[in-house]
Amino acid sequence: MIEVNKQGEVWVFAEQHNGQLEDTPLELMSKARHLADILNVKLAAAVLGNNVKDLSQKLIHYGADKIYLVEHPLLEHYQTNSYAKVICDLIHKHKPQIVLCGATITGRDLAPRIASATKAGLTADCTDLQIGDHTPANNSNTYKNLLFQIRPAFGGNIIATIINYDRWPQMATVREGVMPMPAPDTSRKGEIITEIAQLSQNDLPLEILEEHKRQKKIDLKAARVIVAGGAGVGSKENFSLIWDLANCLGAAPAATRAAVDLGFIDHDHQVGQTGTTVRPSLYIAAGISGAIQHQAGMSQSQKIVAINNDPDAPIFQIAHYKILGDLNIVVPKMIKAIKEKGIKE
Amino acid sequence: MAYNCVVLIKQVPDTKRITGQAMNDDGTVNRSALPAIFNPEDLNALELALQIKEDFGGKVTVITMGLPAATSILRDSLFRGADDAILLTDKKCAASDTLATSYIISCAVKKLNPDIVLCGRQAIDGDTAQVGPQLAEKLGITQITYVEKLIELNGKRITVRRNIGNGFQKVRTEIPLLLTVTSEANDARVAAAKKMMKYKNALAPVEVAQSIKAQNPDADETTIKDLIEHKCGILDEKELLIKQWDLDFIDADLKWCGRNGSPTKVHRIQSVVLTAKESKEIEPNDQGISDMIHELIADKTIS
Repeated sequence: MIEVNKQGEVWVFAEQHNGQLEDTPLELMSKARHLADILNVKLAAAVLGNNVKDLSQKLIHYGADKIYLVEHPLLEHYQTNSYAKVICDLIHKHKPQIVLCGATITGRDLAPRIASATKAGLTADCTDLQIGDHTPANNSNTYKNLLFQIRPAFGGNIIATIINYDRWPQMATVREGVMPMPAPDTSRKGEIITEIAQLSQNDLPLEILEEHKRQKKIDLKAARVIVAGGAGVGSKENFSLIWDLANCLGAAPAATRAAVDLGFIDHDHQVGQTGTTVRPSLYIAAGISGAIQHQAGMSQSQKIVAINNDPDAPIFQIAHYKILGDLNIVVPKMIKAIKEKGIKE
Repeated sequence: MAYNCVVLIKQVPDTKRITGQAMNDDGTVNRSALPAIFNPEDLNALELALQIKEDFGGKVTVITMGLPAATSILRDSLFRGADDAILLTDKKCAASDTLATSYIISCAVKKLNPDIVLCGRQAIDGDTAQVGPQLAEKLGITQITYVEKLIELNGKRITVRRNIGNGFQKVRTEIPLLLTVTSEANDARVAAAKKMMKYKNALAPVEVAQSIKAQNPDADETTIKDLIEHKCGILDEKELLIKQWDLDFIDADLKWCGRNGSPTKVHRIQSVVLTAKESKEIEPNDQGISDMIHELIADKTIS
């Protein structure tokens, strides 16, 4: 635990594997930049690894003022204990007021270990962060400029705003894909501070025997247009309608969890709370009722077209274009209309 | 060698079944309107512990921190094969966040001196996945999260496969350690009829007290106390008394429990109302669809 201090910096844990930065810390940069500007403090990124100095410039271009660079052969591969130890040491030394991590598998493994060791408050899977004031119900003190940690709870049915006003750092993990990736500014300058890690083999209790990573079959986050199908599509064969519409729009095919569970399409295509969060220019939802868990992954799309034969489907509440009808009739008509307009990609 | 396994379980509202009726007018969730269930991934953690016991011998103890009603998942665990069950309940646990919860549970788990602590990856009410790693830190033991398979257990050495998002990792370490287990790890067994017969009358002292008070509304306090003690004694002899621990018993420092021990506080709760700013109804015919596509091209949504 560190004392509440208003001069503390805003920190982002710059998750990297094999020298490659993950998307999430970069996505976090624009929001963290904004928070640091409101608080009038520096934004720093903590980079841990072996031979990872090259990542510093990139993080500066994405918004960091400062890089805490910790290089050590024992940091080559992520392990909970070694990474937690180094970050806890950095926190105790520099006393940041906010520490943010991506809610990736690594972030969700690491952040609670750090929070427990520093006895700090931690909010998981935030979808938004803001700065605001809080007055506890039982006292008249107003705590100013706190981190509002905003997250869905109860299966996405409520949105909770969490704060920690008396024990710092204020920690949060942030869901992948919910914050737009900022554009890098290559003229930005920053300071690189090299820190020494105090590590021994005892800090690495795990032997990593094997690791297999595969490329995702599709990058939904990068898609400008997405055509998604739900259980309402009916069968794997019929899901070809979704592929056809996506193909003629140069769009990415996607699906709800229900459609994935029914085997219509691979999990890599899943949008929603347990899949990918997307924010395309256009999201076409066919045969999707719009469960709150699905909406959590696509409600920030700029335009939403919903095709459903149930007038009460919740998807219609967030759709800009509502088409009440049978997708088996509507989707072919859309393909025809698009081909007539001569769209091709 | 045989292993002493401790499984942390939680009773949770079935958030998948939230309907309008389960929402209060102020937008908060009315927990009592939702069915209370065994947190799904905790069942996978229990199953893994039971498999370890079957293959290597040892003991499986389940423990839950919660209200007296949570005893039902302890009984359920006994039906499925757990050897011992502990209800960790105390009014002073109320309003604990994940940090305070992990502290309280760590005090209880220390009493059990386990080789392997198992938890579900996350609970479906909060979806935080925090208590497992926080508990491992408090116990000062290694954690392996997102475990999807136990590959080998050999003396003190354990090898597991963990999910790393787009792939997996095989890792080896030594006990003692804490595992958080995903739904891919196994299919949880159902209750065994014999064990159900044996344990259906197993009760925690708080449940004994509730039923005795209900049966003897006019009795004085001393009589009630004697009746409770008597009944608990009978249950204990038959090995049907579920252990019940409070903060005092586990030597928890109140400074780190409940509201005092919880750095995170709720600032605001809002119910989710998502609506599109402007919306249009499109006729599902050629003209309607053609016009819509035209509009999307005109405003450069598609090109």
